[in-house]
Amino acid sequence: MSQLKVYNFMGIRRYAVVFSALMLIVSSLSLYTQGLVLGLDFSGGTQIEVGYEQPANVAELRTKLETAGFDSPVVIHFGAETDVLIRMQGEPDQGLAERVYNVLQVDGEKVELRRVDFVGPQIGEELRDDGGLGMLTALALVMLYVAIRFQLKFSIGAVLALGHDVIITLGVFSLARLEFDLTVLAAILAVVGYSLNDTIVVSDRIRENFRKIRKATPVEVINESLSQTLWRTINTSVTTLLVLLALFFIGGELIHNFAIALMIGVGIGTYSSIYVAATVMLAMDVDREDLLEPVEGELVDDLP
Amino acid sequence: MPNKFPLWKNLLVLLVISFGFIYAAPNLYPPDPAIQLSGQSGAMVIDEVVLQKVEGALDEAGIEYFAGEADGESALIRLRDIDLQLRAKEIIQAEMGGNYIVALNLAPTTPEWLSDLGGQPMKLGLDLSGGVHFLLEVDLNAALATRLESDLQDVKSALREERIRYRTFELKGQQLIGQFREAEEVDRATALIRANYRDLQPQFIQGQNPLSLVLKLSDIAAGDIEDNAIKQNLTSLRNRVNELGVSEPLVSRQGKNRIVVELPGVQDTAEAKRIIGKTANLEFRLESLDKAGEKFKFRNPSGQGPDARLQNKAVISGENVTDARASFDENGRPQVNITLDAKGGWQMGYATRDNIGRRLGVLFIEYKTRLDKSVDENGEVVITAVPFVEKNIISLATIQAQLGKQFRITGLDGQRESSELALLLRAGALAAPMYIVEERTIGPSLGADNIELGVKSVTLGMMMVLLFMLAVYKGFGVFANIALAMNLVLLVAFMSLLGATLTLPGIAGIVLTVGMAVDANVLIFSRIREELASGSSIQGAISSGYDRAFVSILDANITTLIVALILFLIGSGPVQGFAVTLSIGILTSMFTSIVMTRGFVNLIIGGRKIEKLWI
Repeated sequence: MSQLKVYNFMGIRRYAVVFSALMLIVSSLSLYTQGLVLGLDFSGGTQIEVGYEQPANVAELRTKLETAGFDSPVVIHFGAETDVLIRMQGEPDQGLAERVYNVLQVDGEKVELRRVDFVGPQIGEELRDDGGLGMLTALALVMLYVAIRFQLKFSIGAVLALGHDVIITLGVFSLARLEFDLTVLAAILAVVGYSLNDTIVVSDRIRENFRKIRKATPVEVINESLSQTLWRTINTSVTTLLVLLALFFIGGELIHNFAIALMIGVGIGTYSSIYVAATVMLAMDVDREDLLEPVEGELVDDLP
Repeated sequence: MPNKFPLWKNLLVLLVISFGFIYAAPNLYPPDPAIQLSGQSGAMVIDEVVLQKVEGALDEAGIEYFAGEADGESALIRLRDIDLQLRAKEIIQAEMGGNYIVALNLAPTTPEWLSDLGGQPMKLGLDLSGGVHFLLEVDLNAALATRLESDLQDVKSALREERIRYRTFELKGQQLIGQFREAEEVDRATALIRANYRDLQPQFIQGQNPLSLVLKLSDIAAGDIEDNAIKQNLTSLRNRVNELGVSEPLVSRQGKNRIVVELPGVQDTAEAKRIIGKTANLEFRLESLDKAGEKFKFRNPSGQGPDARLQNKAVISGENVTDARASFDENGRPQVNITLDAKGGWQMGYATRDNIGRRLGVLFIEYKTRLDKSVDENGEVVITAVPFVEKNIISLATIQAQLGKQFRITGLDGQRESSELALLLRAGALAAPMYIVEERTIGPSLGADNIELGVKSVTLGMMMVLLFMLAVYKGFGVFANIALAMNLVLLVAFMSLLGATLTLPGIAGIVLTVGMAVDANVLIFSRIREELASGSSIQGAISSGYDRAFVSILDANITTLIVALILFLIGSGPVQGFAVTLSIGILTSMFTSIVMTRGFVNLIIGGRKIEKLWI
């Protein structure tokens, strides 16, 4: 096998900064001005999913429901032409599902009641708070762990990379008006986990090389480290994306957005572990001196 | 010798592999559709005789069954055809009558030797099995207010008995406030309350005119009341759930003031909601003879019953009802037999002794929530939940004699009405009002669809990753692939053993674990390639490749585990399922991709002279 080719990743870091800054600004603007399309889990309300045997006409169903006295129902296709999702404000009182069902069944068509969800407004609000709080706790704990295991500059780099990934993923959801529900929140946290995984592996190599290579500038050390880990980064991203594609195409409508969020996150996470974390470290003048700890031979020999 | 495992390590790998296969195995046996039969009360014996009667009915209807078993408390009959399950239930219910609970069930078919080892199949979450999920919020302030109201009456009469004069004494918010003229009266009242009412903490507000004494419930007492309220609500909810005949219902407390109810496999969701959602209480009140009291509507939707004016004071309430059963009187007309507890029986006797000929009403009190739309100061539409109370008469009957612990209500329209009334009476006892704050109903077909989609996506995702690893890492790809497959087996084994629930997001977690689990092997193999490229010997490259990659893998996985843990703490239901699978997946993948692949590599390559590594 030939000697490893070292790519000059950090040579174009100025462009990366501009690119990331642009993405962040667009995402933040979209999040600030139009926010997220909150799913039922967070917004509260009632939602009913029904399945027809024939493709259903949603406009017709909407009119039917309005004529029957339901207050501004939202009627959309859910996944397939034959599946319909009806969303309403308010609690499903006794027999609401049956009443809707009866309205939908007038023409003697076979309708199957697949799902009824009701989430009270207080639950939605709590989930929003808990979700935000959980995200911040996760970031804080991770920052602490990386600071202890590595060094503060690495830690700041890692957390900024994570924040970058989360904001951009949320930004895409806001821009594309995709629905943000509990599974998407779980996906975002999984993105945090994934992107962190990547960043840690890269940081680990940077630390190792700082200790090993004595006569090199920080930029050279980082370039070499990134090049060494490049194939690993790409291969892992590919395997993860492969399974996400499987989920996206055949996983069903309920985890559609989950798969989308993770695919965006894995893409952005791969980019950020190369550019964001390392660029932040360089901006803080990371150096050999930062890592001269007396931890020589920290690899435990007996471990497999 | 380089790259040789000591014997114990090889044995460990072997042990873990067999552990994985044994505990994952129960999931390979598909459950049988079954019917479960149990009694309405624990006293009923369900033995072989009952079983034979049931089997006779099934024979007559031509439904195939096998392996019927009865253990005295319940009976289980397995069916050949799942499509006949509903019909079998109807037939058995018709045969056995209303005193038996007949529930649809899925009976595990785990072989005996496996279940002896503690093996069991994974539990399926509601989104996979279908069913109903309710989250109910208990209004604890109402429970405290009820208690303070009754304390207030006690304190007032105690003060009167002791001839301590007060101007007013009333309930304001969460405290009782008394007003006095003389400081000496305040001192005596304080002493009396300190001595007799330990739960109330008196506090004298200095320098006010009139002199005020504030009584608050101590924190311990308030905590006890809240705990009791939740416990009693849990009990009556469990009773109601039992009425439904669900094979494995879950009723448990969640957080400080919430109760979660999960009914897997319920087909008739409307019925479930009707009974669970009935957050209700009962009061027996005499009809008032004059204009005093309050007028209530009759609950019957067809408006058959008359409206009536009932007294403000209740004779007894739902807490005192211990049992209510629908049956028929000697003339074959429907009636409801009611049993009260001792205190309720005494109060009922006292109240009815002098009132024979008057009418006694049963008031059904329902706590409901209405969602109101309003516009806040920012011009945004906000939706607030406004709880409200609905009180209706469900029965109004003339008192024929002095009533005691046991009495009956007659003059009902039909069997349907009598069983409904009996159900409402039994279900009535709630210590504090509850409101439904979340409800999810998943149809059985959607659950089955979800399982199918999940299995498909796991299979497809897995296949693609296996092919990719083979293409990229050739011979070592085989090691990684065996590790990956083993990881899936171990993940399933641990989830089954821990009794973790599999949900749709949980399946997504498994799929994601499959994608990410190869990361450790990718790291190791990349390292080995690097070491080879820098001129290390083959055995040396393998050894240092594994060692060097270990630190990265450990750091990366611990941080991901932190994230999964937080996900578990903040998430609910399905999301927790995702967090659980993700965490278990991280741990098992570390074992399979580091220890297990190393074992294979050592076994095949270790200690041999090899010209070229196929990596």
